[in-house]
Amino acid sequence: MYRSLLDAIRDAEAGGMTLSQVALKLESEDQGKSIESIRAHLARALEIMRGAIGDGMTGDLRSASGLVGGDAAKLRTGPDGPLANTPFRDILARALAVQEVNAAMGVIVAAPTAGGAGTLPAVLTGLGKSHGLSDEKLIDGLATAGLIGAVIAERASLSGAEGGCQAETGAGAAMAAGAATEMLGGSPTQVGHAVALTMQGMLGLVCDPLGGLVELPCVYRNATGAAIAMAGIEMAMAGITFAIPCDEVIDVMGEIGREMDVRYRETAGGGLAATPTGRKLAKERLYQIRRS
Amino acid sequence: MVSLLDIIGPVMVGPSSSHTAGACRLGLLAKGLVGGTPQSALLELHGSFARTGEGHGTDKALVAGLLGFLPDDERIRTAIQIAEKEGLDYRFEKTSLSDSAHPNTVRMTLERGDLTAILVGCSLGAGRVLVTEIDGYPVEISGNFHTIALVAEDRKGSIARITRILADHDINIATLRLTRKQRGGDAFMVIECDDSPGEAVRDELRALEWVRWARRLDKVSGA
Repeated sequence: MYRSLLDAIRDAEAGGMTLSQVALKLESEDQGKSIESIRAHLARALEIMRGAIGDGMTGDLRSASGLVGGDAAKLRTGPDGPLANTPFRDILARALAVQEVNAAMGVIVAAPTAGGAGTLPAVLTGLGKSHGLSDEKLIDGLATAGLIGAVIAERASLSGAEGGCQAETGAGAAMAAGAATEMLGGSPTQVGHAVALTMQGMLGLVCDPLGGLVELPCVYRNATGAAIAMAGIEMAMAGITFAIPCDEVIDVMGEIGREMDVRYRETAGGGLAATPTGRKLAKERLYQIRRS
Repeated sequence: MVSLLDIIGPVMVGPSSSHTAGACRLGLLAKGLVGGTPQSALLELHGSFARTGEGHGTDKALVAGLLGFLPDDERIRTAIQIAEKEGLDYRFEKTSLSDSAHPNTVRMTLERGDLTAILVGCSLGAGRVLVTEIDGYPVEISGNFHTIALVAEDRKGSIARITRILADHDINIATLRLTRKQRGGDAFMVIECDDSPGEAVRDELRALEWVRWARRLDKVSGA
């Protein structure tokens, strides 16, 4: 796969292609597989994503520790806020739903990772519904998201233990923003700006889960990650450009991750995990897990 | 080389691609080294695996891999109870490996019948794994291919003999790495194949009198 998103954008623009087309072409060459078989794999991923959203929306699931669960359903049926009856509120609910399923050891698609698995399916399927997009269009979106994630994996990291939350939900948000921008008709260049505009808003985000559990704040970070992705999509579609090229924004995410103190890299040694309440809850809940 | 399908995937049981799915894959690779589910397993956890593994189900996932469960198998949730029923005697310890070790590293010491193996592997994120050491030999095994690991006397023509056997079975080699601790000492060979080598291949390799042992590690990831 490409190591540079700018190279992929250049190839796509030169060939009059979309980023999903150049990504599928290169993946097919790299892996010696037909484009149809790669699309079939992505179609299965889409199906699992929808299954997880459906399971999470019921509101019945609780995580092993009991710290999270049931909040996706609140966005569906709870009192209105300023985003009532918009695709935005639905997307937030979808992101929570996937992460609540994940925390309950349900089946999800790790895209890019399990801890950051909520944002991409939420934005893609949410916009798919609100804009009446076909499954083929959503599969294109997943291919573009895969390209963006592969570039982030090569240039920076997709691991919270290596790069903090910016490497997981940050990457997921950037992937979602780029994919959705293509699905909504944005050019490859606009996809690059959507990635940069989204990732700049996630830079520096630490990975600080209570007790090391992929629960709190991870579930909510996927929803706020989706919100930042929506901002990135909206700005890029409006023709806003970001002065720092997407590859350089990704590079700096990697650099910040490497410099980040180990307390902020999934070790539960800092951030929300180390607050007085965070420590108290983690102690109680881990005790409960050991007893169960 | 990162595959697009590695990023949009794996389909897995939560909650963590590195601590659950990756750990499960490392268990699966280790299981191959002793030819099946081990009777005893010492699992030493380093770094973030040690600090936050419990809450991520790393213990369940490693044991699930040793039992042969894939990352999307919902039995991972109850793998510890299943292991106890099936007589897999496992023990977890926290350890501190070298500073250069990846934050999510495990060292597994396994026994099955008269076979023993020590494997060191790490989980790189997004479910990708890397085996870095087998029985003290440095290796790089991603699990993206069907892999053969073997130890042979360091002698001329050994690679030619081995690759001939693979060619005769119509198996294409993706990567081949040879390492040794010293000249004339044992050589450690890792062969990653595009096609799955059957037991016949393994047995032919084992039949070479200068091959000390040969094992197959199943492909556990990749498209």
